[in-house]
Amino acid sequence: MKSWSDIEHSKQRVISNERIAPGSHLLKLHRNHKFIAGQVIALGISAEIEPRLYSIASAENDDLITILYSEKAEGALTPMLSNLKTGDTLLVSKPFGTFTAVKDNAVFVATGTGIAPFMSMLLSNKVNHATVIHGASYPEFFYFSEYLHSTLGERYIRCCSRCMPGCLYVGRVTKFLKEWDALSPNKNYYLCGSAEMVVETRDILISRGVSTAKINSEIYF
Amino acid sequence: MSLIPLYGKTRTELAELVIAEGLPKFSATQIADWLYRKDVDSIDQMSNLSKKVREQLSEKYTLGLIAPDQVSESTDGTKKYLFPTGNNKFVEAAYIPESDRATLCVSSQAGCKMGCLFCMTGKQGFQGQLTSGEILNQLRSIPEFRNVTNIVYMGMGEPFDNLDSVLKSTEILTSDWGMGWSPKRITVSSVGLIPALRKFMEQSNCHLAISLHTPFEEERKMLMPIQNVYPIADVVAEIRKVFKGGQRRVSFEYIMFDGINDTPKHVKEMAKLLSGLECRVNLIRFHTIPDSPLRGTSDAKMLEFRDALTSKGIFTTIRSSRGQDIQAACGLLSTKALIEKNNLLFFSHKFFTNIV
Ligand SMILES: Cc1cc2nc3c(=O)[nH]c(=O)nc-3n(C[C@H](O)[C@H](O)[C@H](O)COP(=O)(O)OP(=O)(O)OC[C@H]3O[C@@H](n4cnc5c(N)ncnc54)[C@H](O)[C@@H]3O)c2cc1C
Ligand code: SF4
Repeated sequence: MKSWSDIEHSKQRVISNERIAPGSHLLKLHRNHKFIAGQVIALGISAEIEPRLYSIASAENDDLITILYSEKAEGALTPMLSNLKTGDTLLVSKPFGTFTAVKDNAVFVATGTGIAPFMSMLLSNKVNHATVIHGASYPEFFYFSEYLHSTLGERYIRCCSRCMPGCLYVGRVTKFLKEWDALSPNKNYYLCGSAEMVVETRDILISRGVSTAKINSEIYF
Repeated sequence: MSLIPLYGKTRTELAELVIAEGLPKFSATQIADWLYRKDVDSIDQMSNLSKKVREQLSEKYTLGLIAPDQVSESTDGTKKYLFPTGNNKFVEAAYIPESDRATLCVSSQAGCKMGCLFCMTGKQGFQGQLTSGEILNQLRSIPEFRNVTNIVYMGMGEPFDNLDSVLKSTEILTSDWGMGWSPKRITVSSVGLIPALRKFMEQSNCHLAISLHTPFEEERKMLMPIQNVYPIADVVAEIRKVFKGGQRRVSFEYIMFDGINDTPKHVKEMAKLLSGLECRVNLIRFHTIPDSPLRGTSDAKMLEFRDALTSKGIFTTIRSSRGQDIQAACGLLSTKALIEKNNLLFFSHKFFTNIV
């Protein structure tokens, strides 16, 4: 077939595939190439299924690369990915993509697995004084929250859309941003996740005086 | 059980269908002929199938033609049709008559996932994929069906994000057993999803239009998030690799934003990017959309830009702007407001029938 035959890729063995939350997994593979934090790889099980893209969530100098993925019930690939065991093989492309040019004073806005590229940037020490605003439906989907909480403290904001009022902000990231006093036109904004979140967040930022040159987005289409 | 639509099925799919129904193989060609060449409105009109076979088919299948819900007409003759699709979604098609041709701009998805900064469709998010039948229905179910000479896949959605349905629809349009159109009358427009681009170039002869909008990486990222994954330089490199010239045309769409992508620097970079590639550039007027920080370039400056590109050896045209007063112009197709309005109608209608 199709696309895989044209993509530079290799067959790789799964090091581990750990379930970290309902339907969410961390997949680990050997790192065979250098990459820049923020880049993606294409993954597949066999040549019959079109490659799907995944952000690398681990540090640039790690010997393993980590992928954070969530299973889509009707999806073509993720239900198969979640069944992979250590030693199983899968098709892996070289890293690519340019969602990488992160500047200081960054505000990372992510929903769901969209946190992955920001984890890679933070673990690779690519940015100082970053703020992370992460949106998820329930507390268990705030992936890497221990690390983020301990390293960022108050600059780590969890927006939980279906939580009961408690220690997390209740509501979507877009609701939070509309109310956020610290939203400043001088910061650099990086958005990653669904098209809906990216488009709505971008509009909110623009309406609050952020220039479009300061907004960079990666959409998980 | 809901009936399965026949319209939009390729001959291969019809062949599988007739085998599954225990009908002779040649019935597939007969059905395709009725659907795509004789334009019947019901299975019952397929008169060379026996009455029994028609009844058998009607138990499980329907033609699947859906009339537009609404039409708005521009003072310039452009018409915008609103079609319902599955799950209460809506898409739009724009019919654009000119003196020597009539172009239909069709949607390939309800909404879009690409999130381009300048686009109304992008603002409404993604509601779902269209089937090949739903794509072709936008042609088949308008009163001007027989007048249409050209189709452009430039309505709502990113065609390469729904490539299988798009390829099925172009196969039906261009096959001998289908509508028999020349692929030269069909243009598919994309932001440049490279794996799908390869497959499209391999499996179709239709024209290709790539949304370029700026040759500079950082600027394009600002306008089009897809630049992070499939940069325009890679898209052009891929086209250079696979484009063999001939009848097929490759063009680049360039919406002009005042003070952003309309400078001499852009002309120079465009010339570098497209140097030696057999292609054309279409400059498009930007129609300001609500809450957008972008403004359109003036007509005078567009002419200057066109002349500057032409002098660099790039064949450049300015696309005339049509249907602006009914929001049918490029980048303005959005059903968000209409969806809200129509949902209301829908529910009240349902409610009403329930009471009755
Ligand atoms: C740049 C980039 C980076 C990404 N990074 C990550 C990441 O780090 N982690 C991650 O989890 N994901 C990521 N994604 C998303 C990922 O590539 C896949 O899209 C996702 O994992 C789903 O794949 P799938 O094959 O399981 O589902 P698919 O088969 O692609 O389907 C996706 C969803 O669409 C629905 N669907 C499928 N076909 C249709 C149809 N015809 N009509 C309507 N709905 C349909 C399915 O029900 C499913 O819910 C990224 C995407 C991009 C573009
Ligand atoms: S311009 Fe095209 S690809 Fe971009 S958001 Fe609009 S419909 Fe989607």
